[in-house]
Amino acid sequence: MRAWLPPLMLATLLCGLSAGMSVLEPLYEWVQPDKQQVIYERESFLSLLQNHILLVLISACIGTLVAVAGGIFATRPSGRDFLPLVSQIASIGQTFPPVAVLALAVPVLGFGEAPILLALILYGLLPILRNTLAGLQGVDATVKQAALGMGMSPLRVLLQVELPLAGRVIVAGIRTSVTINIATAAIGSTIGARTLGDPVVAGLVNGNTAYVLQGAILIGLLALTVDSLFEAAESRASAI
Amino acid sequence: MIELKNVTCRFGTSVAVDRISLTIETGEVCVLVGSSGCGKSTTLRMVNRLLPLSAGEILVDGENITTMNPEQLRLNMGYVIQGTGLFPHWTVARNVAMVPELLKWPRQRIDERVQELLTLLGLDPAIHAEKYPQQLSGGQAQRVGVARALAADPNILLMDEPFGALDAITRENLQLEMLRIQRQVRKTTVFVTHDIDEALKLATRIAVMDQGRIIQHDTPENILRRPASDFVESLVGKQDRGLKLMSLRRVGDLMQRYPQAAIPEPGEEGVQEDDSLRLALSVMLWQDSGELPVFNGDGAKTGVVTRERIFQAGA
Repeated sequence: MRAWLPPLMLATLLCGLSAGMSVLEPLYEWVQPDKQQVIYERESFLSLLQNHILLVLISACIGTLVAVAGGIFATRPSGRDFLPLVSQIASIGQTFPPVAVLALAVPVLGFGEAPILLALILYGLLPILRNTLAGLQGVDATVKQAALGMGMSPLRVLLQVELPLAGRVIVAGIRTSVTINIATAAIGSTIGARTLGDPVVAGLVNGNTAYVLQGAILIGLLALTVDSLFEAAESRASAI
Repeated sequence: MIELKNVTCRFGTSVAVDRISLTIETGEVCVLVGSSGCGKSTTLRMVNRLLPLSAGEILVDGENITTMNPEQLRLNMGYVIQGTGLFPHWTVARNVAMVPELLKWPRQRIDERVQELLTLLGLDPAIHAEKYPQQLSGGQAQRVGVARALAADPNILLMDEPFGALDAITRENLQLEMLRIQRQVRKTTVFVTHDIDEALKLATRIAVMDQGRIIQHDTPENILRRPASDFVESLVGKQDRGLKLMSLRRVGDLMQRYPQAAIPEPGEEGVQEDDSLRLALSVMLWQDSGELPVFNGDGAKTGVVTRERIFQAGA
């Protein structure tokens, strides 16, 4: 129970700030004394937060499905030949800057949520795939041999032995990927997706540092909250 | 019964097992012995189809294994390997229950069987059943490995250097344990080891392998008395043979029995009927005595064994 306290506190802080950003108004006036309006009001922070979370969640789910499936495929006897290819594709996904993906995707997919989702999925694949491969390859060979030799079917070995044993490492990969993507999702605001990057972009355009700060604080808090959620879930899993 | 007929296994161009034929009778312990890379583990893994046969055939109770479903085949073969291969995320009880669960036994029957097996292997279920493998010592873990292999009462037991990674004392204990269990359950066993002493101790018959071939397949006594080649002779230790033969025979076979068992005097030291002649001789040398009292399992004194008798007929 104790493990859940930090994410709970962070989440409360995050929601509280999103709903009542004006409590920090003195801070922003001090940062940006020359502007009349220091609180971003074009859109409510709560709806931006909601949209931001949704984007990251959808991309993480799709990314996890693709990366874990790819990792499983590449470690099966039938897919072992594809192992180098699969890791290369994921590495290429990571080396592609998300901004470049956006630039290439907008003409095809148009403005809005679709291009940033694509960029987030591509960018988030590598940590998950790499950890899936490491986790599955790290399962003790004698354990797999014993499982097979005692009469488990290969599917059962995967579901009951390999995935549970590799689970921690795979989840660590998802954690890295999600945390990175919470920050990366903000650039979606440049192509019309509604995210917590909106105030940041608006602030940069208008020379209003207070706007930038508000977006940055919320994005940072969201990343911390989600990371501590993973932390709590992992400590719970290892306690069992 | 397991029959291997002209079995060959190739990896690429190298031949790991070269046209071997071997018959393992029901209820006997066949030990495959040889140095590393001689093909003994490969042979074992072909029996449960973890490795494919390149040529030849293997029959289990008259049925060709390549026509059988590999999972069904393996469920009827206990499998014990070096380093145990226990599942680290499952408790001891769940590890042992693995094959019965695959066979969908009712819960209560599984639980009873787990208790029974842990007790058979000398592990208290109340203490060890809920532990995880990493909380066990090496010897305990391997006992659990053997219990898991015996769980669904398979007809056949395959053991791939099961005691290889254990210290000498633990290994010796487990070997004795295995002999005891084997007397109770009588499994057709194929046992792989590189340790000739282990082979001599456990085997009904030994198959000595070298470079993918079986050099000699015979009883431990015949392997010692009539080694088929220089390789076998050097493997069993040419000059050590006398003592090794003595370690195969029980004191009970050579002792002079009293007409009636006597109660031993307090503090009297001797040997058990089931001890080997080698041990009896060692005790005699140490105590510098010509004869030793012999006790049976209940502690009663049943006779004596003399040094002359051992020298005459021991080896």
